[in-house]
Amino acid sequence: MPRISLKNATVDFPVYDASARSLKKAVFRSVVGANIAQRADGHVVIRGLDNVNLEIAHGERLGLIGPNGAGKTTLLRVLSGIYVPSRGEAIIDGKCVSLINISLGIDPEATGRENIRLRGVIMGMSAREIAARAEHIAEFTGLGEFLDMPLRTYSTGMQLRLAFAVSTEIHPEILIMDEWLATGDAEFQHKANERLRAVVDASSILVLASHSPELIQENCSRVIWLEKGQIRMDGPPADVLHAYQNQ
Amino acid sequence: MNVMNLDSPVHDRKTARGDLLSYARDGATEIAGALENYYVAAVFGWQDVAQRYRRSRVGAFWLTISVGVMIVTLSFLFGALFRVPLQEFLPFIATGLILWTFISTVINEGCTAFIDASGMILQVRLKLFTHVLRVIWRNVIIFGHNIIVVPLVMLAVQLPPSPVALLALPGFVILLLNLGWIALLLATLCARYRDITQAVQNLMQIAFFVTPIIWMPHSVSERVPEAFLNLNPFYHLITIVREPLLGHAPSALNWFAALTLAVVGWIVTLIFFGRFGKRVAYWL
Repeated sequence: MPRISLKNATVDFPVYDASARSLKKAVFRSVVGANIAQRADGHVVIRGLDNVNLEIAHGERLGLIGPNGAGKTTLLRVLSGIYVPSRGEAIIDGKCVSLINISLGIDPEATGRENIRLRGVIMGMSAREIAARAEHIAEFTGLGEFLDMPLRTYSTGMQLRLAFAVSTEIHPEILIMDEWLATGDAEFQHKANERLRAVVDASSILVLASHSPELIQENCSRVIWLEKGQIRMDGPPADVLHAYQNQ
Repeated sequence: MNVMNLDSPVHDRKTARGDLLSYARDGATEIAGALENYYVAAVFGWQDVAQRYRRSRVGAFWLTISVGVMIVTLSFLFGALFRVPLQEFLPFIATGLILWTFISTVINEGCTAFIDASGMILQVRLKLFTHVLRVIWRNVIIFGHNIIVVPLVMLAVQLPPSPVALLALPGFVILLLNLGWIALLLATLCARYRDITQAVQNLMQIAFFVTPIIWMPHSVSERVPEAFLNLNPFYHLITIVREPLLGHAPSALNWFAALTLAVVGWIVTLIFFGRFGKRVAYWL
């Protein structure tokens, strides 16, 4: 059963200024001695997450709200297994896909079909899966003969369609999203919404960060209010959204 | 199914042997995972080369052409300088230069493997070694382009192929094993200390001159002591591939040195990467 468990997860970002990134300085510092090392070591540490405890079980739809800089992106990255907490532990058990930047891996010089493969690989598809699903993806994009043209000849909307079609082809156990994906013209948008809905419904765990209360209300069964890297409130959507809006 | 259970580097002060083992195990898990998903590196490495072909008929062969021109120029220049017959010198410099181009590009691009892939690393969870494999694979493909020059040169100087040339294959595998750990180690270090990239470039430039590539060891043997050659790891790495191609078997010392370097290098790198690999995303 897919699950996510964070125990006292803390994420500290070391901020290396140009001088700390230099090897020369590091060597110099170690030669000069420990005393000066501490003074000279002017690293600023930014705490992205502060002692976060979080259990997400199968079937939960978790909404994430909070002001800018609250640590939403950091938390999403921890949940996707990209940042390993600098203290505490994170257990992410399940096949996890994040739909944050769906254009990642896409090459404007390559054709639509080549890009289906590139984006498919990023989505974690195997060679066999890509071969089996490419036709289905191509069909969904509705791009027809354009698929054999380099992507740079596409309009922005068409490029997004392609990225969207590949990114929503597989159904992960854990789905991570930052805002709802909306693409294309009115007609495509309807089709796209349906398809994204199917991916969301098929997922075991959904984590959705959003600034839109309606979106959270509509999709989530539980909401976390993040502020200054800490969980300020955790509960049913109505309660947390109410408190958040009336703070 | 992925379970991550990692404690903090902050109160990590492990030095005991058991902990080194556990780091090495973490490192090995990462490498194994990346090798298992070799498809990702294969597709993107191939894509990197394909990009060179877009809007260019000659594509990656431009690199081959430039290596070819370099080989011809250098063999005439240094052949005359060292008074070595062209028939002997041309194949030597062709194989050496092509191998060196491969080795030094992997090492230089290895330095920026993680930095260049930072967009991907911060968005998608892939084993980090995948990005190093991508660099190696794309350069193997380019090497495949360049190596075409060798049979042409052999034909030009009428050097008949010998069965010893087959030894170049295990030699190349050992070379790849070595480049694997070197690139991974440098990718990790350079993500943290960005100016190591420059230092490495510098070092590779010097290595080019101290390694017998544009000069033959025996043509200058009175002036070059044995130790000068044998203490240079690049000498062994190049020799185990170049000598078979030229029809000579490498010495036992060449094989031994290259293999030892691979084993020791990987042990050190696995421990180092197991310890610091998890921090790479923070450094980008």
